[in-house]
Amino acid sequence: MKHTISVLVENRFGVLARVAGLFSARGYNIDSLTVSETQDASVSRMTIVVNAEDERILEQIKKQLNKLIDVITVTDFTKKAYVERELAFIKILIDPKTLPQLRRIIKRAKAEVLVKKDDYLVVEVAADADHVRNLIGELKAFKVLELVRSGRVAVAI
Amino acid sequence: MATMNGAQILIECLRREGVEVIFGYPGGQILQTFDALYDVKDIKFILTRHEQGAAHAADGYARATGKVGVCISTSGPGATNLVTGIANAFMDSIPLVAITGQVRTYLIGNDAFQESDVTGITRPITKHNFLVKDIKDLARTVREAFYIASTGRPGPVVIDFPSDVQNAKMEFEWPESVFLRSYQPRFEGHPGQIKKAARMIEKASRPILYIGGGIISSNASEELKVLAEKNLLPVTTTFMGLGAFPGAHPLCLGMLGMHGTAYANHAIMESDLIIAIGARFDDRVTGRIDAFAPHARIVHIDIDPTSISKNIRVDVPIVGDAKEILRDLIGYIRKKPDTAAWRAQIDKWRKQFPLAYKQDDVLRPQFVIEKIQELTKGDAIIATEVGQNQMWACLFYQHAHPRTWISSGGLGTMGFGLPAAIGAQLGRPEKVVFDIAGDGSIQMNIQELATAVQNKLPVKIAILNNGYLGMVRQWQELFYNKRYSHTPMQNPDFVKLAEAYGAKGMRITKKEDVVAAIKEALATPNVVVMDFVIEPEENVFPMVPAGEALNRMLGGMA
Repeated sequence: MKHTISVLVENRFGVLARVAGLFSARGYNIDSLTVSETQDASVSRMTIVVNAEDERILEQIKKQLNKLIDVITVTDFTKKAYVERELAFIKILIDPKTLPQLRRIIKRAKAEVLVKKDDYLVVEVAADADHVRNLIGELKAFKVLELVRSGRVAVAI
Repeated sequence: MATMNGAQILIECLRREGVEVIFGYPGGQILQTFDALYDVKDIKFILTRHEQGAAHAADGYARATGKVGVCISTSGPGATNLVTGIANAFMDSIPLVAITGQVRTYLIGNDAFQESDVTGITRPITKHNFLVKDIKDLARTVREAFYIASTGRPGPVVIDFPSDVQNAKMEFEWPESVFLRSYQPRFEGHPGQIKKAARMIEKASRPILYIGGGIISSNASEELKVLAEKNLLPVTTTFMGLGAFPGAHPLCLGMLGMHGTAYANHAIMESDLIIAIGARFDDRVTGRIDAFAPHARIVHIDIDPTSISKNIRVDVPIVGDAKEILRDLIGYIRKKPDTAAWRAQIDKWRKQFPLAYKQDDVLRPQFVIEKIQELTKGDAIIATEVGQNQMWACLFYQHAHPRTWISSGGLGTMGFGLPAAIGAQLGRPEKVVFDIAGDGSIQMNIQELATAVQNKLPVKIAILNNGYLGMVRQWQELFYNKRYSHTPMQNPDFVKLAEAYGAKGMRITKKEDVVAAIKEALATPNVVVMDFVIEPEENVFPMVPAGEALNRMLGGMA
């Protein structure tokens, strides 16, 4: 089961390594991780998405996260009300024959063309993770040159 | 306030933290700090012969005194040599502050001479670590390091201290208080949970107290004794808990687990209520986890929430300091449980499966330890190395007081005993300190004999010399068809070696000479090395094979 865990940490060097180390030491893969400053510049927020094969290990990781001296709070959004978004950029080679179809898909997905060059487009989408995944799936029918995803950010509501 | 350099500020901070002794070893990137130490008269400095020895000595000092142990080394190899000692303290929750020299801040990351990424290397084996990049942060960092090391579940903290920060100057200012918004250890247990535990104890018919090192860290032995005696609750301790409850007490079952007493293991397996305090259900204790204590409900008191429901699901978790919680718990219990039948059953197990070894004319290690116990009246501080020597010391010495058992539990570090004994002797100069050693382990930090002799720390080293790496040989005998792969050893002459270091050396080959030798050692005001040439293939029994249920013990001779 996928868990979205939000961690408030002291905004200091080394904190990311401490957090990442808890996962890597247990052979646990992180699906996505975003880190940035919050409204308080001394605090950063990490949003971590993990696929927990074993809920007990995840429970242990959450406790271990809390135990880190630089961690202020740990919230698992999984059983809470929250909204989440992910940003993706998809760079696609233009083929004049399929361009209209590509534009239809982009429009239907409420995505946007961020940049248009002679030979390629950069599509931007900001949506929940399923939506982003679905759009990427559809775009696989075209020639995708590069794909960048931000990882999830989430906030409790 | 006076202008000081970083090295002087560090030392002033250590002084204000109440540090009495520093163990360490100098080197290029910590020279400024050693220069400042040259003028220091009120803090003792002990030069070990290897940085690992410094870390273990600081650890032994901390275990024996309850204070924070301090060690110091240079960068690079000095720091990496501390690593085993830091990991050892981490596994056993021992408060330690380790200060490591580091290359100048602008060289960090450049593969400078004797550079290593100390905060990176020690991250998973410290409670926390710091790299001080600016002298302005120094005093606060030292303050926080001591606070973190000594509160909550104690542990080691590393301060990486670049040489240009040691040289920088500023007005010294002592931070009067320390506050970390992200670190506020919880001391008081939840009253509702404690009451629930009290109701369970009142109703239990086969209760048992399962005690770990947390009782010792929280100085809660007195409270434990009251709880056990008032309610007639049998007590078993973990390896780390030895000494938390008097070993000779009629309610004491000794140690449980892989090399625990048979009666402790039977008792925990048959109990209907386990009250775990400051213990973590580690795999050496539980044996096969799905077969562990099938009838028991479990109350678990621990200051560290990560210890709770990690290996075993518990019914009533209580997070907080053992001492505070025990005080409350004692007050909440309204009637004591009826444990008469249960204690009778335990006494039956005691008679049926006593701790025993072959009684003959052969010089056996258990006999040596029993005689050390007798001649020190059980009042000595016992440090050990790791392996058979350690397990015999667990089983055949009745540890009477907290902070008198100094042994590497979680990490199982060979070479711990001698430097730890040195640290303990410094912290408790009035005590007799033994290092119970094997011929393998003692050679891992034998160089610390020089430290003991130079500083006139009269530790008594009892080598149980069987010519093997004994515990590995025992496993090879029992589980690998006696294929003694690389465990026999040709040893140096330990008597001559002791003498070369300026210590007294003795060799004892006969059972009838043991008592006189120990008496002589106790009467000698110097470091003494006793080379007990014991039965080579003596095993540690009882033993639960790894991965077996706790009541599937190999009894051996018993």
